[in-house]
Formats: sequence, structure tokens, C-alpha cells
Amino acid sequence: MAAVQETVEQVRRVGADQYKYGFVTDIESDLAPKGLSEEIVRFISAKKNEPEWMLEWRLEAYRRWLTMTEPKWARVDYPAIDYQDLYYYAAPKSKAGPKSLDEVDPELLRTYEKLGIPLHEREILAGVERPEGEERPRVAVDAVFDSVSVATTFKEELKKVGVIFCPISEALREHPELVRKYLGTVVPASDNYFATLNSAVFSDGSFVYIPPGVRCPMELSTYFRINEKNTGQFERTLIIADKGSYVSYLEGCTAPKRDENQLHAAVVELVTLDAAEIKYSTVQNWYPGDENGKGGIYNFVTKRGDCRGANSKISWTQVETGSAITWKYPSCVLRGDNSRGEFYSIAISNGRQQVDSGTKMIHLGKGTTSRIISKGISAGRSSNAYRGLVSAHRKAEGARNFTNCDSLLIGDACSAHTIPYIEAKNPSCVFEHEATTSKISEDVLFYCMQRGLSQEDATALVVNGFVRDVLQQLPMEFAVEAQKLISVSLEGSVG
Amino acid sequence: MTALLEIRDLKAEIAGKQILNGYDLTVKAGEVHAIMGPNGSGKSTLSYVLSGRPGYKITEGQALLAGADLSQMSVDERAAAGLFLAFQYPLEVPGVATMTFLRAALNAQRKKRGEEEMSSPDLIKRVKELAKILDMDMEMLRRPVNVGFSGGEKKRAETLQMMLLEPKLCILDETDSGLDIDALKVVSNGVNQLRSKDRGIVVITHYQRLLDYITPDVVHVQSAGRIVRTGGKELALELEETGYARYQSEAA
Ligand SMILES: Nc1ncnc2c1ncn2[C@@H]1O[C@H](COP(=O)(O)OP(=O)(O)OP(=O)(O)O)[C@@H](O)[C@H]1O
Ligand SMILES: [Mg+2]
Repeated sequence: MAAVQETVEQVRRVGADQYKYGFVTDIESDLAPKGLSEEIVRFISAKKNEPEWMLEWRLEAYRRWLTMTEPKWARVDYPAIDYQDLYYYAAPKSKAGPKSLDEVDPELLRTYEKLGIPLHEREILAGVERPEGEERPRVAVDAVFDSVSVATTFKEELKKVGVIFCPISEALREHPELVRKYLGTVVPASDNYFATLNSAVFSDGSFVYIPPGVRCPMELSTYFRINEKNTGQFERTLIIADKGSYVSYLEGCTAPKRDENQLHAAVVELVTLDAAEIKYSTVQNWYPGDENGKGGIYNFVTKRGDCRGANSKISWTQVETGSAITWKYPSCVLRGDNSRGEFYSIAISNGRQQVDSGTKMIHLGKGTTSRIISKGISAGRSSNAYRGLVSAHRKAEGARNFTNCDSLLIGDACSAHTIPYIEAKNPSCVFEHEATTSKISEDVLFYCMQRGLSQEDATALVVNGFVRDVLQQLPMEFAVEAQKLISVSLEGSVG
Repeated sequence: MTALLEIRDLKAEIAGKQILNGYDLTVKAGEVHAIMGPNGSGKSTLSYVLSGRPGYKITEGQALLAGADLSQMSVDERAAAGLFLAFQYPLEVPGVATMTFLRAALNAQRKKRGEEEMSSPDLIKRVKELAKILDMDMEMLRRPVNVGFSGGEKKRAETLQMMLLEPKLCILDETDSGLDIDALKVVSNGVNQLRSKDRGIVVITHYQRLLDYITPDVVHVQSAGRIVRTGGKELALELEETGYARYQSEAA
């Protein structure tokens, strides 16, 4: 099976019958003792054979974190998290990191197989072979299981064009100068409570470097999986697009069904130098908890891109369907002159899910432009808030933003909120904001059903129409699958 | 033989207001019936009650489609069973390409009936044929369902949907309104292609000119929520002369 086909399959299965990723893999795992302390931070760093400076960086973050308090401003409500009752390191037990796929625990490979992620060497080879006549896009995959990256595909082929795509723990060992130069420069270790925690205890994640002038020959993608009970997942992703380069990156996430809540506090940093472009797409389908709000992932994520170079571009596209609580604001710092930031979001909440998500566009350079298209869909008894900041620095001459936030309500028990902040310190800025909130139209549903669609299919169709502008931003193969995921997330929201 | 549509002493209300007052109508397969009647007499209401629009409640009587009690079926089940309503005011479905909508509708119906889905190439081919008959631009079918369509374009699109879905019972609610003279001929020609011994067609209209093209077997006059007179195609011509005045007083 070609790699892209498998990846498509993967996303498809992410969406199949309600939450079918709720399985737990029974593999021996290497757990650090519960709780958080300097010892644990040292333990993680030692496990990864990190350079001394990295340990210092972590410890500084940890000490800082001790002085901070959890933010409470978001429209989300959850019981206090006991940070001492969590495991901060869980790794599938194996000898000092697998050298090749043969060394990976077969049980773990089976998990990824269930998820449809193409990790097996044979399949990867099959993926390398182009089907006759037609050239298909391929996807290189990095899979992160609990705290560690278990396998990265297509590495050799990427290496030929100078692209580095590997676990961040490996990058720390093999490309320390690159990591040191960029790590924490977009999201400083002191940025916010969850980012600081991540800086202290992150255990793995993906690292990408695209050299000058290179257009990455395939989609890069990472799949995150939380398996272990009571484990926090703190992955760290760092992507650097050097001058004039381009990369499209996709991230997917699933977790088992558990009655306890699980904490996910990731940090993603993107850097574009002159005229470079990063397109970052997320299909987030963490376990959302049951209909009574029991269990589910707490998703507290800091994602930020820095358009450091002139004429560079960062675009975030997200399809958020899972998690019990989502606290997430992928942002762009538009530092380079004429740089551009984009944020396209579909956030669906059902059951008892709580979403507080949005973006920040920070215009610093001259002639910078940004565009925000946010589509929030609330169903069940969920709450869905868009929180956005568009700001322009004094020097951001001629900055422009266009924001469009639409909310769709399904049923009477859910809520939607739009909380925009606009700060323009330069009089030449033009910021436009449009927002609508509407209930799904009974008449339109009736019309669709009169043509033969069931109520659920009619709802999904109307919702897909509602989010079309954003779906079009996703890489083609994923758009189709995201569409299916949307239908699944809305199951049980009608009738 | 069971009639295709059998309505017996049907009473129905909307928002607590009774609109249908003991409605009787039998349509056999192969027949074309025209229903005429003054504004507000409940013609659209009848079509909504039959198709199961939320809010329309049957309080007495029965409506059977090929012997099956419609009130026991959901809206989509009625559609899959072959009931099609060409809306007086077709709705817009933003962001959903007409072609996508057609595919979803047709395959949903087929699936419910346990039939095989139509493949995309076959569907496109069929839609192209129908668009040609109805003199529609394929470009229009790439646009979202009815969004920005003119009144007449919407009516053509409704007809195209109907022809694609090949329902057993077609109810056309003022499909002629909004059509220009040429379009009226084109759409009527499409509807006439659907005439067959297995299919029943009910056209709700105010004007004889539609019936010049779609010749009805039976014409009914509806007033104040029920049928007050039934005749042949000449009844429509008579109404053209006399209007509804006498029926309204009769009903009152
Ligand atoms: N939601 C509603 N609440 C109360 N009355 C309603 C409602 N909907 C329709 N009606 C009334 O029901 C009656 C029948 O309306 P209907 O649309 O069926 O008439 P019609 O015969 O189709 O008229 P036209 O020829 O103008 O299309 C009208 O008096 C109308 O005002
Ligand atoms: Mg009417």
C-alpha cells in the first residue's frame, strides 16, 4: 500500500465508529516514579543522553514553573490537576532506543498498525515505489508513543535533499547546534505555565529542518499516542524552514479511553526565515471523555510560529474534534517585513467538551498581513469559545488583518462565545472583523432529509458546508478524511 | 390494486391551527393529478404533511404511500420509499456543491433500499444528460445547492433532482412559478419524461399554462383545506374563466 494511502487510511480510522482508538496496548513500559521534582527532570535528561546545557535549560524551566500558577482566564472548568500524581516519563521498554524497526516491540508495532500508521519497513518500501504512471504524494511519519518517538520513516530519502526529520531527542544528540540555536526562541521556557512545564519535562517530539531553497519533497507528519495510565504527554516540536524553503506538516493525535483525565501539554515552535513557508495542519482527535464528561484528555497546548524573515509565511490549519478540554491558540509573530500569518480552524465540541481556542496574530513588521477563518460548531452540552488577538506594533506600517468567526449551534444545550481582542498601535493598520452565530436551520435539514439523507447525514452535510472554506486549506487527502471525522464527532448530537 | 397515494379524511394542523379539514385524494400509478386552489387553501401544507415536515401534525385520518402509513415513517424513509417534493421555495445549502448533494441524496436513498450506490462517473454522466434536457449549465452544479440561483434556476434544479432520484410519487409545488416562457417548456418536457405507468405525479399550480404542457388526467379544486371538486382537464380551463369565488363561499 502506498504511504499516502495508508496515512489516509489512518486518518480515516481515526474517524471510524465513535471513538475506536480507545484501546490500550499492553506493553511493558519503563516508568519514572510518579511526581515531579528536580530528580525527575534529571532522570528524563539522563535517559535521553542530553548535553549538559539542555539539562540546565530544563532545570531552569522547572524552577521557574514552581513559582508560577495555573492560568484560569479561559472559559473552561475542570478540577485541580495534581501534578504530583502523574508520571512524567513513560517509554515502551526496549534496549536503549530502537536502531531499526526490527528492534521495536511487536506489540507496539501492532498498535500503530491498528492506528493505520505505516511503520513497517516493507510497507515503507512499498510506499517508495511509485504506482505506474502516476506520481503520488508521499508522507513521512514520525510516531510518538507516550514519551518517546518510536519510529521515523523516509529518513534516508529526506536526507538526500538535506531535510532533517527526526525525534527531537535524536536531534539534540546529532544536531545540537541547530536545536540550541532555535529551541525556546519562539516559545520561551518562561512563556506560560504549561509551556514552562513542558520545557522542564518534555520527553520527545519531532524536529524538522529544511535547508535553504529546498521544497520538502513530501508531507511530513507526526502521530501522537498517549497509552500509559496517569501519564502526561509533553511533546515538543521544532520546525525550522530556512531561507526560501517550504514544508507542509501534519500532526494527528489519539489516546485510549480512560476514566481518568490525561494531561497533554505540548509545545510547538515554528521558525521561517526569509521567504520560507510552513504549512502546519492538525487533526486532533484525542479521547473527548464520555457523554457525562468522565475521562478525556486535557489539551493545554502552546503553538507559535515566528515569521522571522521577510516575505515568509506560516499557516496553521486545525481540525479539533477531540479532548475533554482544549486550551490552544496557535499564533504567528509577524516579525519579518511583508510576512504573512494564516489561521484556519474548525473546532467541534459535543457531549461535555469544553473548547477555548483561537489565535494570536502579532504584527511587528511593515506590510505584514494575516487572515483568520474560524468555524466553531457546538453540539450536545458543550461549550465552544473563540478567543483571538490581533495586534500591531508601532512599526507595523500598513499591517492588515481579516478575521471571520462563524459559530454554528446544534441543539439547545450548547453554547458558543466569540472573544476578539484588537490592538492597533499604528494608525495605518486595517483590521477587519466579521462574526456570526447561528443555529443549524431546521428548514435546511428538512430539505436535505426530503432528498433521502438521514438526520445525522443531513447535519454532517450542512456542517461540512459550513466549514468548507477551512477544509479547502487542508492537504487534499486529509480534507476528505477530516470531513468523515466531522460526521463522526457529531454522532449523537441530533434527534 | 393498492393506489400509489391514498389520503383518507386527513386532518392536520400547524402551530395548533387546523389547515387540512378532511382531505381525500387517491392517485394511482400512471396518473397525473393537478391541484388548484386559492392562496392559503393549504396546498403546500398538504405537501409538507405528506413529506413529514417538522411542526405539521396529523390529527385524524390517514395517508398511505403504496399502502404504507406515511405517519409511521421518518422524512428520509418517506423519500427512500419514493416520495419527492419539488419545493415551492427551494432552500439553500451553503458550502455544499450541488453535485455533492446529488450524490449524497441518491446514494443515501439507494442504500436505504438495499441497492448498490451509483459510482461517481455514472452519476456525472447521468447528471450531464439531465442538465442537457433541462438546458442547465454544468457550471451551476458545481456551485453550492441553490445558493445565488435565480428563482427560475432553483425550479430547474429541483426538477433535475427529481429526474435523477426517479421517485414513485412526485409532488410539484408551483414548480411553474418563477419560470419564463421558454423555461416552462423545458421543465415541462423534463416532467413529461418522468410520466410512466409506475409513477404518479401531483402538480400544484395556479395556472392553466403549465397544464398546457403537462396534461393532467385529473384536476382537483382545493379550498379551505380540502378538495371541493374533481374533474377532467377541462376543469382547469373552466377555473381560468370563473376563478375560485364560488368554491370559497361553498367551503365557508
Ligand atoms: N407556521 C404556521 N403557523 C400558522 N399558520 C400557518 C403556518 N404555516 C402556514 N400557515 C397557514 O396555513 C395556511 C395554508 O398555507 P399554505 O402555504 O399551505 O397555502 P397554499 O395553498 O400553498 O397557498 P399558496 O397558493 O399561496 O402557495 C395559510 O393560511 C397559512 O397562513
Ligand atoms: Mg403554496
